Amino acid sequence: MGRYILRRLLQLIPVFVGSTFLIYALVWALPGDPFAGKCGQRACPQPYVDMMTAKYNLNDSLVVQYFKYLGNLFSGDFGETFSGNSIGQMVADAAPITIRLAVIAVIIEAVIGIGAGILTGLRGKGFLDNLVLVSTLFLISLPVFVTGIVLQLVLAGQWGIINPSVSADATVGELIVPGFVLGSLSMAYIARLTRASISENRRADFVRTAIAKGQPNRRVVGVHLLRASVIPVITFLGTDLGALMGGAIVTEGVFNINGLGGLVFRGIQEKDGATVTGIVVLLVIVYLLMSLVVDLMYAVLDPRIRYD
Amino acid sequence: MRTSRWASAAILVTSAALLLTACGGGGSSGNTAATGATDPDGTVSVYGTEPQNTFLPANTNELGGSKAMQPMFSSLIEYRSDTGAPYNLVADSITTTDAKVYDVKLKQGWKFHDGTEVKAKNFVDAWNYAAYAPNGQLNTDFFAQIEGFDAVNPGKDKQPTAEKMSGLEVLGDYEFKVTLAAPFSVFLSKIGYLAFAPLPDVFFKDPKAFADNPIGNGPMKFVSRTPNVDIKLTRFDDYQGEDKVKFKNLDIRIYSSQETAYQDLLSNRLDFMEALPPSATAGGKYKNDLKDRVVEGHLLGISTISVPYYLPAYNNLDLRKAISLSINRDQITKTVMNDTYVPASSWVSAGIEGYRPDVCGEFCKYDAAKAKDYFAKSGFTGKLTISSNADGGRKEPLVAACNSIKNTLGVECDFLPSTNFGQYRSIVTAKSLTGMGRSDWAADYPSIENFLNPIYKTDAGSNDSGYSNPAVDSLLKQADSLADKNEAIKLYQQVEDLIAKDLPQIPVWDEKGVGAKSNKLKSVKLDFGRYADYSSIEVLK
Amino acid sequence: MTDPNAAGGLSHVGEPGEAKNPADGPHKPRSLWGDAWRELRRKPLFILSGVIIVLVVVIAIAPDLFSSRAAGFSDLNHANEGPSADAWFGYDNQGYDVYARTIHGTRASLLVGLFATLLTVLIGSLVGIIAGYYGRWVDSLLSRFGDIFAGLPFVLGAIVILTTFNAPDSNPSEFRIIAQVVGSIAVLTWPVAMRIMRSATLVAKQLDYVKAARGLGASTFRIVFRHLLPNTIAPVLVYATIALGAAIGAEATLAYLGIGIRSPVVSWGVEISDARDYFQNVPHMLLFPAGFVTITVLAFVMLGDAVRQALDPKAR
Repeated sequence: MGRYILRRLLQLIPVFVGSTFLIYALVWALPGDPFAGKCGQRACPQPYVDMMTAKYNLNDSLVVQYFKYLGNLFSGDFGETFSGNSIGQMVADAAPITIRLAVIAVIIEAVIGIGAGILTGLRGKGFLDNLVLVSTLFLISLPVFVTGIVLQLVLAGQWGIINPSVSADATVGELIVPGFVLGSLSMAYIARLTRASISENRRADFVRTAIAKGQPNRRVVGVHLLRASVIPVITFLGTDLGALMGGAIVTEGVFNINGLGGLVFRGIQEKDGATVTGIVVLLVIVYLLMSLVVDLMYAVLDPRIRYD
Repeated sequence: MRTSRWASAAILVTSAALLLTACGGGGSSGNTAATGATDPDGTVSVYGTEPQNTFLPANTNELGGSKAMQPMFSSLIEYRSDTGAPYNLVADSITTTDAKVYDVKLKQGWKFHDGTEVKAKNFVDAWNYAAYAPNGQLNTDFFAQIEGFDAVNPGKDKQPTAEKMSGLEVLGDYEFKVTLAAPFSVFLSKIGYLAFAPLPDVFFKDPKAFADNPIGNGPMKFVSRTPNVDIKLTRFDDYQGEDKVKFKNLDIRIYSSQETAYQDLLSNRLDFMEALPPSATAGGKYKNDLKDRVVEGHLLGISTISVPYYLPAYNNLDLRKAISLSINRDQITKTVMNDTYVPASSWVSAGIEGYRPDVCGEFCKYDAAKAKDYFAKSGFTGKLTISSNADGGRKEPLVAACNSIKNTLGVECDFLPSTNFGQYRSIVTAKSLTGMGRSDWAADYPSIENFLNPIYKTDAGSNDSGYSNPAVDSLLKQADSLADKNEAIKLYQQVEDLIAKDLPQIPVWDEKGVGAKSNKLKSVKLDFGRYADYSSIEVLK
Repeated sequence: MTDPNAAGGLSHVGEPGEAKNPADGPHKPRSLWGDAWRELRRKPLFILSGVIIVLVVVIAIAPDLFSSRAAGFSDLNHANEGPSADAWFGYDNQGYDVYARTIHGTRASLLVGLFATLLTVLIGSLVGIIAGYYGRWVDSLLSRFGDIFAGLPFVLGAIVILTTFNAPDSNPSEFRIIAQVVGSIAVLTWPVAMRIMRSATLVAKQLDYVKAARGLGASTFRIVFRHLLPNTIAPVLVYATIALGAAIGAEATLAYLGIGIRSPVVSWGVEISDARDYFQNVPHMLLFPAGFVTITVLAFVMLGDAVRQALDPKAR
């Protein structure tokens, strides 16, 4: 197992270089001149364009630019945006907010999703089951931006329960509704996943054995059934945390949250390769580590799968 | 979600407004008064977008940055926020006899925020810094008329031969002389632009550090800036100008979406927005939302559609006439833009001295029959396209224009979107439009000259359609050199008449400028460059 | 649905069913698929989703049967008017007939869903089965290669890809506009199909009869197509139905961000994106196309659900 982990960690390196190079190359290939819009309806003065081009190494070839960038990155320097802000500082300001949002989303989807899943999984068919089934299907079918905008309009605009936009501090309280929006899709999946997993395991041999042994129902459910059923859910949650951080662009936009999503969206629009790549680096690292953890959990939990 | 979509409208604009601040005097417009005692130490929060450039006056040209920079710096002159008429601010007097040599005398006792005095050399040094090519300042071209500019900024791939412009000469602590390369009477209106602001001595020691902590001579001073979050300013109590502010702290909050800002404004968490999101203007919703909190101004700008001369299929006067005739401006401004725009019929914005309505005449009035005639005459076949950035509500009016053309002429017409303003401008400046394109112009400074020279002169910076007419060029040159303002205006008007014959750009509509304020503000005015006139703001207790 | 990658979540549930014993059928043994089909025909959910999908497909093939107006029809005199006998879904802010546009938008939306899913599943299955079957360094290599794409958040990746290929002011053909969206969805989601296929293969590989076939010296080709594929196709198929819905939702999201399908092509996403700023005053602009998206996605998700249950003998 130790060797497996080590090998996987080493394998992360090419994936990391691959992902970041891919994104750097794509941003680099974005059409247009990053300084063309800087002077409004008129063309920018040539000295300005020359100076900026030299400052950001834009005349180098793609590969040279990328390795210069990577070199700086390893010395802890994220670089500067075209407007002269330190990317490292901006990321440091924005990342905690996005992480908070993603964690809140995961907590909400876990609590509501697993709760609904257990309830319907144990009860079996009936009104509640149908209700959960229909509402999860509905959530799955609704694009996130629609959920976000509708909630914002109703809760903030009509009822005035929440503020329409999240303040610069982005406190936990303010992030609950955006977190719900962000996690709504996964919440539906988790509810269904838990439900399916429970109803499947209810017929599993080990549960039947436990019942046959005469164990009290509470113990059968609590110890045997839930523990076994929750395995796939936890692995799903693991990968989801990484996915949510990157998937927050739309939600952050709707609620005006100053997180990584907004930074990266602006970065792409401004053809600011350094900002986009810097954030992607972070997201990719989170994602890779999470997927490693999930793979390890598979090996631990499912005896049918062996890593040598 | 980026700033320059507003810049797109307002663009260099910016400046126009110039220290927005400006102008406490003058009466009027769009000023809704609430009653109650005012709080001279109140805090005002305004909608902002992330500045695109470092905080230097000559390097700031878009709305996001100018909003913070303008109250921090005061130039020689300032414009009245409602009429755009210039008046002396830091300058005590500016005199000229030939529109070529200007003698500038400064008021004494003006101070920078670090306590040093504003002297003639602060202006001269700042202008030289901005013009010197290796400094790569964005607004460098504003100094192009000054004698000796070619030596410090000789153009692509050439090394400057001097560091200072020969046309600037310090005559004393409070007096300097500006010599232009050729007579240019509009220079007087131009120097209110932010790029012409003075810089304190400390700037020249370390420009980089200065940009992080700018020190100006305006009515407000810099406190702090958190990228993508906010910019904070506070009142400069030693300020001498008449455009003093009547509140203490200014908090420019950066939003990535106007919709969210608007929601905040409705719930009084934000005090002022100079523009409304499309979702609010849709169906005139804002009128119900805001009631007496609407702030209306009059912008000095114009929206046109450029028809590129470099595309053979479009280089056809009958086609341009047909297109112009087939756009139902009245209907589109009423339904699609909900009266936030008015139809345009000239190439100069209403409100500019020298403006005449209906210069475009019959060709800017919707007439389906006539349009069809001209279209048949043009012999055009194929598909028409209009290109623009699609964000910030730029798309809807042009889609409507396309539909109007399509329904009238029976020709296919598509809107081609670019994701943002920068992307769109890069194709326009590269002269690689494949069809018509949106060309909006907002005045840098309130002068008829500013609506003609940059746009219709051969190879001018914003000549989006690639228009070239020797008669226009020579008339413009003649007008520029006239010292007498009224004589010059007459010539500029003749230029507009020539343009009306060629229709290189089709005037479509003018933006009114509609903003909004919170209940907390007793009064606020929107100036012609889409800025809050900070000196007009009063905060309720 | 913003992220079609997330559609992978559902498919963990389905374990590949094993071939059932020959049952009552006197002539030949019934296959897993035959069983499933029998099972499905009795399910109201399946019939309902089937009917919706058939209807949507018919609309996509022959929109003119349903709407006499072209998608580009516009009349500003009626702008923002609500539903009427004249225009069943009302007019939008540009005076477009919402009904006509929704009907004509079906084709593009469905095409995106169909081809994005097809591409995703083909690439993903191929890579997944190779990775699972050969294991060792091949598995490592392919899995890590998949990680490169899976590590890019979907929306982010799609924005970058589409911005790169959507040169401003270009005047691309309708085919190209759709192909770009299909391509970017597929490029970013194939690792999900691959993982499902890979883990199904890993499990199937351990089955006794596969080991036996290998022991008997069956060719790789035969093992993969005869023994592995029938056992691994089920979860991928379930994923595919749901992913199809997801891709339609993703198309709407990309259009909402202003980078997906665009004029002159009309799709539900384009309509939703046009409605973004106006639906507070003109709700029918958003409600009808969003309703079509939701119902269609719902139909595919229900279908996937029904198929999964039918294929899973334990769930019967």
